[in-house]
Amino acid sequence: MELVINGESIQVPNEVKTVSDLLAHFQLNKKIAIVEVNLTIIPKQQYETTTLCNGDKVEIVHFVGGG
Amino acid sequence: MNERYSRQQLFAPIGEEGQKKIAKKHVLVIGAGALGTGNAEALVRAGVGKITIVDRDYVEWSNLQRQQLYSEADAKERIPKAIAAKRRLEEVNSDVAIDAIVGDVTAQELEELIRERKPDLLIDATDNFDTRMIINDAAYKYHIPWIYGACVGSYGISYAFIPGKTPCFHCLLETVPTGGLTCDTAGIISPAVQMVVAYQVAEALKILVEDWSSLRNKLVSFDLWKNQHAAIRVDQVKKDDCPTCGAHPSYPYLSYDQQTKTAVLCGRNSVQIRPAGQRNYDLQELAELFAKQGLRVDANPYLVSVSLGEQRLVVFQDGRALIHGTKDIQEAKTIYYRYLG
Ligand SMILES: [Zn+2]
Repeated sequence: MELVINGESIQVPNEVKTVSDLLAHFQLNKKIAIVEVNLTIIPKQQYETTTLCNGDKVEIVHFVGGG
Repeated sequence: MNERYSRQQLFAPIGEEGQKKIAKKHVLVIGAGALGTGNAEALVRAGVGKITIVDRDYVEWSNLQRQQLYSEADAKERIPKAIAAKRRLEEVNSDVAIDAIVGDVTAQELEELIRERKPDLLIDATDNFDTRMIINDAAYKYHIPWIYGACVGSYGISYAFIPGKTPCFHCLLETVPTGGLTCDTAGIISPAVQMVVAYQVAEALKILVEDWSSLRNKLVSFDLWKNQHAAIRVDQVKKDDCPTCGAHPSYPYLSYDQQTKTAVLCGRNSVQIRPAGQRNYDLQELAELFAKQGLRVDANPYLVSVSLGEQRLVVFQDGRALIHGTKDIQEAKTIYYRYLG
């Protein structure tokens, strides 16, 4: 499946079906992140149930502490 | 018209009117590391009326790669960052009033600073989430905008929080990260710092000239090595029951108890200890006391540094100490109490 992630077209493996899978794929599942799919922010409780479709526009911003 | 600001005044959204507004504003910069030095230098060059810069640390060699206000001499002499920053900033622009505070930003201290000095804007240049939660609470309590910025590796993130308009940091994070997330040890490259500084200063200038409608209103992040950029409108995450920006705020991070506080510092193999209650050391006396015990002591007017084999103890005038060479809080406390009681 091809997703537009942070403005870039990216091919993700077939195992990636949900937002939760996607975060795990990018090793962001242990970080605090805000995920937007097609301009709607997905609440954290819905990461596992929100499925992604080919062509979805996904923005992921994760929080860091350094400065 | 002062020639110094001519290019900035030619920029229509600022203009002469905007410049006058900038010159009347006071910005509190919290932290004088990479982001703090970048923000402070840009704001001082832009002609802000006053800057207060607070930092708990001193300059080390590993800072020089990205902390733009510091020199080799500062690192050699272990000058506190707030002091070294003030010296350099005064060379850059003598019109700006610059106040330096060497110390940790606790809830109590931040509230005092805000009440006494009434800053117009808070710039977050800290390196941990605990302090940011305190800044967030204080900013919403006193209705002062604050600009979050953070970076690690080639990645950076920023957002401008406007009380009464935007959701707060609490709303965005939901849960407060502990440990691991704070202490990223992926290093940092200077362009990531500069990019975050650019995002912060741009929003700061808009706020200082009161051009509210031009604010970005998006949480932005980027990765300069992976060539990525993201921006999310986060208005919808504002929570009515938020303890900081909701209908009945309790500002939980301002009512932390006043105990001895310890913190393992990110990627530094160091522990900070801040004793309960105020201490007031005569540093010269302290240095002599350590020297009499046969310890190797270095001192300057702001701190005393003692070599203890594998570890090094650095004591500030207010009793705060850094214990380098350990990540073990218990070991650090043992050293602290052994030498400072
Ligand atoms: Zn909130």
